[in-house]
Amino acid sequence: MLCLDNLRERFLQGNMRALAQSISLVEDNPELGAKFFSLLGLPQGNPRIIGITGPPGAGKSTLTAKLALALLARGERVALLLIDPSSPFSGGAILGDRIRMHELSGLSDVYIRSLSTRGSLGGLSAATARVLRLLQHGNFSTIILETVGTGQAETDVVMAVDAVVVVAVPGLGDDIQAMKAGIMEIADVFVVNKADRDGADRTKLQIEAILGMQEGRRVHPIQVVPTIATTGHGVDKLTQALDDHFAYVEQSGELARRREKRWHKEFSAYVANILLGDFFSWANSQGIGIMANADWAEIEVYGLAKQATAQYFTERMKRHVEED
Amino acid sequence: MMTEGMQIRVLVAKPGLDGHDRGAKVIARALRDAGMEVIYTGLRQTPEQIVEAALQEDVDVIGLSCLSGAHNHLFAQVIELLKKHHAEDILVVGGGVIPEEDIPLLKAQGVKEIFTPGTGTLAVVEFIKKHALPR
Ligand SMILES: Nc1nc2c(ncn2[C@@H]2O[C@H](COP(=O)(O)OP(=O)(O)OP(=O)(O)O)[C@@H](O)[C@H]2O)c(=O)[nH]1
Ligand SMILES: [Mg+2]
Repeated sequence: MLCLDNLRERFLQGNMRALAQSISLVEDNPELGAKFFSLLGLPQGNPRIIGITGPPGAGKSTLTAKLALALLARGERVALLLIDPSSPFSGGAILGDRIRMHELSGLSDVYIRSLSTRGSLGGLSAATARVLRLLQHGNFSTIILETVGTGQAETDVVMAVDAVVVVAVPGLGDDIQAMKAGIMEIADVFVVNKADRDGADRTKLQIEAILGMQEGRRVHPIQVVPTIATTGHGVDKLTQALDDHFAYVEQSGELARRREKRWHKEFSAYVANILLGDFFSWANSQGIGIMANADWAEIEVYGLAKQATAQYFTERMKRHVEED
Repeated sequence: MMTEGMQIRVLVAKPGLDGHDRGAKVIARALRDAGMEVIYTGLRQTPEQIVEAALQEDVDVIGLSCLSGAHNHLFAQVIELLKKHHAEDILVVGGGVIPEEDIPLLKAQGVKEIFTPGTGTLAVVEFIKKHALPR
């Protein structure tokens, strides 16, 4: 068992292993995690959080590594969070994004961590928000989050980060049309990776055309940047596009609004977590409904939920008054 | 399947210069199917890279696979580096083409178990489940 005070001390000294252990703590155990956060107080730094999303194999990891290298070269400290899906059958996972990160090994100003979705859909794990928050205490200037890569609109990522980079590849053709439904709306910067392949220009034009139709709904023009992640070509332009984006959202107040929304979402998720936990421990002790080995098919679900929560609140209230 | 609480995290790494990772991938899948989180880092990793990844990923176990014959040297270096970082608590196991006569030495150095090509993946899973330290 870890001693939280000792962990905090090592964490604040910048010990990398302590950072890694703290991430496991907040990932595995929301309760202990909350204690740890209260020991840490407010984050000292103010890192930019960038999300990288896009279809499987688009080059997200390769691009993430190259983007990190570019940021390191200008003196930044960078954390990478790489998410891969868990197996729906065993709950285990093979986390393989690190294979593309070899260029970053041995560098002292970068921290790389792989996370499993641990059963949650939508491209991020339930613990991702907590891990990102923890990284904000870690003296990084930029945090890059690579999502699972379903190619679907992983809308969770929008809530978790300050800027979304959507990675597309040439030759999607009509797929671009189909894709536009969700994924077009979430991009702050578009990348057409694998620009060494045929059709990159066409894909860029198609994306720009679709984005053009959306103009007015967005506050500032979205750049479409061709890259070749394997060579690093175009990564300077991507860095510039991200800087432009941040300059804009910082100045317009949109960044602050996004972060406020995120704060609210984390707050309510955490409250929901606490309440649910308490409700079920109460319901178990009372033998409510299905917990009383009743036949679920004989119970009307919403009715019981309403009745049980009403009873729960009444009893908790009573206890509260007695304790006062 | 939603999973909560701690899961065993394993780094599966291939030190050395040989270019086959079929065995390592088979093990990685078996561990995943047993509910573990496996970080797979690919071919030709140096001991420094392996230990760096293990520390960053906060793994409970490092599984080293080596077919090049350089296991004595490479495994020892991994153990040495873990000690240097005060991370001896990470369980190290090895696999690959490793002659019987090398096994006592490797174990004396701190490799907890050696699995030779004949070992079934189930035995590896069981060993790790039994010996990985609870966090
Ligand atoms: N030709 C070409 N290949 C690339 C480029 N970028 C990445 N690749 C290759 O595409 C393959 C997939 O790259 P990754 O970086 O793993 O892609 P990913 O989107 O992270 O993949 P998942 O995480 O599995 O969804 C690798 O073989 C890369 O070498 C590029 O610009 N051009
Ligand atoms: Mg990837």
